[in-house]
Amino acid sequence: MNLIDTKSAAATTTKGHVDVKNFSLSYETIDGSFEAVTDTQIHVKPGEFVSIIGPSGCGKSTLLNAVAGFLKPTTGTVTVDGELVKGPSAERGMVFQQYSLFPWKTVRENVEFGMKMRGMDRSQRERAARTLLGLAGLEAFEKHYPDRLSGGMKQRVGIVRALATGPKVLLLDEPFGALDAQTRVIMQQILTNMWQRLKISVLFVTHDIDEAIFLSDRVYCMTARPGSIKAEIPIPLERPRQQSMMMSSEFLALRRGLMSLIREESLKAMGGEITDLGMQGLNIELQGQSLADVL
Amino acid sequence: MSSSALVRHPAEAEAPAAAAEQAPAVTPPHQTATFGAMAARWYRLNKGRLRAIAVGSISLIVFLVAWHLLTKYRVVFFVRFTNVPSPLAVYDSFKRAIHDPMFLMHVALSCRRILLGFTLAALVAVPLGLVMGRFKLIHEMIFPVSEVLRPIPAIAWVPMAIMLWPTNEQSIVFITFLGSFFPILVNTLHGMTLVDPVLVRAARCLGAREAAIFREVYFPASLPHIFTGLTVGMGVAWVSLIAAEMISGQYGIGYFTWEAYSLVQYSDIALGMIAIGVLGLTSSLLIRAIGRLVMPWGRA
Repeated sequence: MNLIDTKSAAATTTKGHVDVKNFSLSYETIDGSFEAVTDTQIHVKPGEFVSIIGPSGCGKSTLLNAVAGFLKPTTGTVTVDGELVKGPSAERGMVFQQYSLFPWKTVRENVEFGMKMRGMDRSQRERAARTLLGLAGLEAFEKHYPDRLSGGMKQRVGIVRALATGPKVLLLDEPFGALDAQTRVIMQQILTNMWQRLKISVLFVTHDIDEAIFLSDRVYCMTARPGSIKAEIPIPLERPRQQSMMMSSEFLALRRGLMSLIREESLKAMGGEITDLGMQGLNIELQGQSLADVL
Repeated sequence: MSSSALVRHPAEAEAPAAAAEQAPAVTPPHQTATFGAMAARWYRLNKGRLRAIAVGSISLIVFLVAWHLLTKYRVVFFVRFTNVPSPLAVYDSFKRAIHDPMFLMHVALSCRRILLGFTLAALVAVPLGLVMGRFKLIHEMIFPVSEVLRPIPAIAWVPMAIMLWPTNEQSIVFITFLGSFFPILVNTLHGMTLVDPVLVRAARCLGAREAAIFREVYFPASLPHIFTGLTVGMGVAWVSLIAAEMISGQYGIGYFTWEAYSLVQYSDIALGMIAIGVLGLTSSLLIRAIGRLVMPWGRA
């Protein structure tokens, strides 16, 4: 486990090129097929931090699960370093919103799990797990069971566990969605720190605009269902990122831009429920404007 | 809840006051003061448990006194206590039985039958439940049969068991096996259906193959339900065993109880019943203790 070693980490940045091409995914239901994601291309360069944001139900998690190998694309391909993704593997580490730590394993045993699956011997993986836990400031909790930890700690263990196998890509599915605002900010800082040290490709799904800007090199904005890429926004903010940057004019400009993109799509996503026609019955004076403008 | 909260307050108020009084009074104050404070602290922390023990003891004593009075005055009020032995008579026969190798042999034989039947049931039902929960085809094949057999009480199997097995002993163990088998199977299966799919996905992402997922995720995730099944199964095992011993047995504590009735040894009937109760309670406590050992992550 030399992934903590920065020298060799620099060498690994050539790995982890994620390429999603002509991607679409639909489910079969009784009413026919239901298209979740359509005609989507995304890519993550080695060592790049890329976020996907979009209104809820736009299929961003579906896309991430396809990259993880849990879902098969209906059309198109998902490749990592030119290799077709056929199923889940330790090459693509994943962090889930629901923490998903094994409750019957201690913190250290959780972190060791991937290495154990690879057949690494006990003393070696113990040492590696300790080092990684130290990196996340969790050394003191190695013998605790997960139910004794706070949400933020659990998610740190989740990230460390996913990193412990030395994956090419780290996939995160709204990992901080269940945390309170203060903890979330700290976790974002921890994640960027770890990412900067390990130089690993990251694909991050969120619906939090600030989070996406603060963390990413690039942000994909998705449309309402069926999801596709509406815009691709580079984030030219310098690194390392500081909390204070969130007040800078550059940050706020990016935020405004993304806000309006998302807002449009969120309204579209809600379109079935509120329409101009539906509002007429409520006797609301729209004065000739469309509902979207009024809202 | 509210009453125990009410009870706790005066103790909390008293303890620091007592410590404050003692500290300046005694010249080498530390040891005695800290001992007093520690005793008060221990008392406060264990108050709930002490109270439960006290109340439990009182209720047991009340039960014994009521039993004693009912039998002493041979009360007949719908129920007839005329021939029911008094607690003292039962105690006498207990004193006799404890030195009687026959009685001890009855107890030992019943325990052996439980151990055999229950262990076999656990060894078959747990893996079967795990496999049924994991593989649809096996579930589809076995579930209908088990659903038809499950409602048949173990006692109804007695004639069939006697036909099936060459010796009486084997058929009694078989009945015990059947009694505990289905509760264990059903609970294991239930545990398997409740395994969090996200944990399975997490394991896959960390490179776990089918066998490893089974061993590292499905099995430990189902353990709490497996132990529920084992506890329930142990209870039913005793029910089935006693019934089987009464009907077809020679020997065993169930047989002892039934024989006592035939021989008009009334105090032995009660002794047999109490012995069954104590044995059943001990075995389920044992399973719970093992469960706590095996699952250190669960809150006690």
